[in-house]
Amino acid sequence: MRLTCPHCGERDLREFYYQGDAVALNRPDPDATDVEWDDYVHNRDNPAGETRDLWYHEGGCGAWIVVTRNTVTHDVLCTELASDLKEASA
Amino acid sequence: MVELRAKTPCEGLLPLSVGEVSLTEELPVSLSMVTARAGRVEACSDLLKSAHGMAMPKPNRATGTTEARAVWFGRDQVMLVGPAPSWSLKNEATLVDQSDAWAVVKLEGAGAEEVLARLVPIDLRGATFKRGHTARTMLGHMTVSITRVGEQAFQIMAFRSMAKTLVHDLQRAMESLAARG
Repeated sequence: MRLTCPHCGERDLREFYYQGDAVALNRPDPDATDVEWDDYVHNRDNPAGETRDLWYHEGGCGAWIVVTRNTVTHDVLCTELASDLKEASA
Repeated sequence: MVELRAKTPCEGLLPLSVGEVSLTEELPVSLSMVTARAGRVEACSDLLKSAHGMAMPKPNRATGTTEARAVWFGRDQVMLVGPAPSWSLKNEATLVDQSDAWAVVKLEGAGAEEVLARLVPIDLRGATFKRGHTARTMLGHMTVSITRVGEQAFQIMAFRSMAKTLVHDLQRAMESLAARG
């Protein structure tokens, strides 16, 4: 698999570290309900299809990247800087 | 009294020459990580230009010469290689002295590209990776910064603690290339 780092361009998988679902970008309010926090901390979908994950360009520029990919076809559909997404939603 | 003696990162390891490729240690006077404050990249770039004659390089690019080089290291971040940083930079950037933290080597000669092709997962051939291009990538299992500084010359930076591994990996690749004749 090859991923396109928004800074560095297309790179080999070995340069990246997989963190997990991109849920960290949607942290609930401190006063959110236990159910919401339970969801945020523990519950993950395991989709056959499109998924959004956080990857770290560890062997490269050090950027956190949100990768949208399809777990069935293995297509990588989109890569974005997590910082850009966070700023856009702020 | 104990007498402490300063050693360079690659002391006792370099210089090295195998076939047509040579590996030598570079000893910049100073290494500084310059990270622009949030949203202040252009202001930081202007300061860098007035103080050191180089604007902030764009991603995957390096500017300057052997005496003073600015190497892109990450988002809004450059490594200033050579001169001690001007204090004026602190107004728009965070400065971190990394002078003793990196082993800096120069791989030079016909075949330098082929040596790196054995170790690095990106295309460093001259057609795509020209003079002034730089990359944060891997060399073997190490994260490194690789910059083309000449037609057949690369500057490679790795963590100082990995200096011996860096030289070992490069030496093995140089020997394997030379063995093919």
